[in-house]
Amino acid sequence: MSDKNDPNLIENTRRIIFGWARKSSLWPMTFGLACCAIEMMAASAARFDIMERSGMLFRASPRQSDLMIVSGSVTLKMAPVLRRLYDQMPEPKWVISMGSCATAGGPYPTYSHLQGVDKVVPVDVYVPGCPPIPEALFYGILELQRMIQRGDRQVKETPLEPAPELESDHLHTAGSGV
Amino acid sequence: MSARYDIHDLQEQEMVLNMGPQHPSTHGVLRVVLNLNGENVRKAVPYIGYLHRGTEKLAEVRKYYQTLPYTDRMDYLAAPSNNLGYVQAVEKLLGIEEDVPDRARYMRVLMAELARIASHLVWLGTHALDIGALSLFLYCFRERELINDMFEKYCGARLTTSMMRVGGMPAELPEGWVQMLEDFLGIMPERIDEYENLLTENPIWIRRTQGVGVVSPEDAVSLGLTGPCVRGSGVNYDVRRARPYQVYDRLEFDVPLATEGDVFSRYQVRVAEMRQSLRILRQALDQMPEGPWVAELPDYVLPSKVDAMTSIEGQTRHFVLTIHGYKAPPGEVYKAVEGPKGELGYYIVSDGDSKAYRMHVRAPSYYNLAALPLMCENRPVQDVVAVIGSLDIVLGEVDR
Repeated sequence: MSDKNDPNLIENTRRIIFGWARKSSLWPMTFGLACCAIEMMAASAARFDIMERSGMLFRASPRQSDLMIVSGSVTLKMAPVLRRLYDQMPEPKWVISMGSCATAGGPYPTYSHLQGVDKVVPVDVYVPGCPPIPEALFYGILELQRMIQRGDRQVKETPLEPAPELESDHLHTAGSGV
Repeated sequence: MSARYDIHDLQEQEMVLNMGPQHPSTHGVLRVVLNLNGENVRKAVPYIGYLHRGTEKLAEVRKYYQTLPYTDRMDYLAAPSNNLGYVQAVEKLLGIEEDVPDRARYMRVLMAELARIASHLVWLGTHALDIGALSLFLYCFRERELINDMFEKYCGARLTTSMMRVGGMPAELPEGWVQMLEDFLGIMPERIDEYENLLTENPIWIRRTQGVGVVSPEDAVSLGLTGPCVRGSGVNYDVRRARPYQVYDRLEFDVPLATEGDVFSRYQVRVAEMRQSLRILRQALDQMPEGPWVAELPDYVLPSKVDAMTSIEGQTRHFVLTIHGYKAPPGEVYKAVEGPKGELGYYIVSDGDSKAYRMHVRAPSYYNLAALPLMCENRPVQDVVAVIGSLDIVLGEVDR
């Protein structure tokens, strides 16, 4: 908070209010990819009820949502679709990479698997685990909310250049497997 | 009305509608391209491969024990069933099927049946959610958490369990686990009644499911459907009965059948299967003997932690098994289990190495999905959602 004589009082107040508003009603997109999606569903279901408690509401359309939880394996076939969905989301938008497959390829160093979703979309929060338990996802969401309140992002604010050509040799860099 | 918008022209146009891969009711990343005539589906073509992760190829570069965790991530709703299918196939390849102690077999059956209930609960919740019964999703996940707790207590993981080993099980049932199962068996029958109260005689549910997605017994067999999909059409095929494995020949259970072959029949079959699984769990828990939970096979089974830490022989064995693995004799095996989705088979070809030369998984969802075009033909477009839900596909298993 700034004192009364700060010339940026209005700007700072605007930031605080906007940050509070944005973090309190994150609307994630219904975007289940693989095993992690089941834990994401469990997180939003009866016992944990994380989504409802943190003001989140699953929307089926990217145009109504501002958070993409990449829950699971992204294959090379899926990557262009994922990028297109990200481009369809309105600004400001955030991405949580859930699980080790989305974060870095996980246990699949193969010919068909994207080695980390940050190769196609900018990621704000990485949640480790295979799959992460609902509590871990909750921690990731809380971290993202703190980040939004502070107004800083790990990725640059300017929009990325248009979707890169998704050639397999451009994306596929890990070489320990097949 | 101008000639441009002549109603007769409009009626003859066929509309192509793309559904997925990001669609909340395709249960993952399935993409279906629908050719619509008005509201009716003329043709539905499923496109798969959006979750192809190369599991079968990875099985060729990973040792036998290293492949086990990958099996979790195929049908991730019922990981223990996949583990069971895989370890059975490897045990058959190694020729050590008979050495597995009885207690381990009963424990495997317990885990597989719990996994079946968990999988059916996710199916019921999401299927009802797709059709519009929102509260059932919360009820089903409430009970599923109890099963997840049991898995977590036994092996530490809720979903991707990797809880079976070649030669037996990794550990004894922890203290209090049996009580958890007893509690679960106590409350579950009335919970299933609760689901049925909400759905079975619900007029909306009946109108959305009866007569929808009908598949005849002949078609079901020729398409290779297994599991509840084929039993919903009245074909009595259950791997637990046809080729009993583990201790299923010592347990009493019915194979639920329905006759109509529509979405409602498959719903009835799955709900009845949950009740039968509870029966199996009850019997298996009562019959389970005391004794070792892993076979005495030093060549294939890791020594206990105490052994590995305190004796030089145990430590050597531990290192040799984790670094080199074990070699399987050349040959090929096929071993199937009745997974929650149907016949889940593992076909392994060995050339005498510590890795499989080729592993193929007969994933039931893949074959069940083949019935989608037939079931959706000439039906209204909203039935596609009901049909996909009733097939109970898991895309991790379809694409592998």
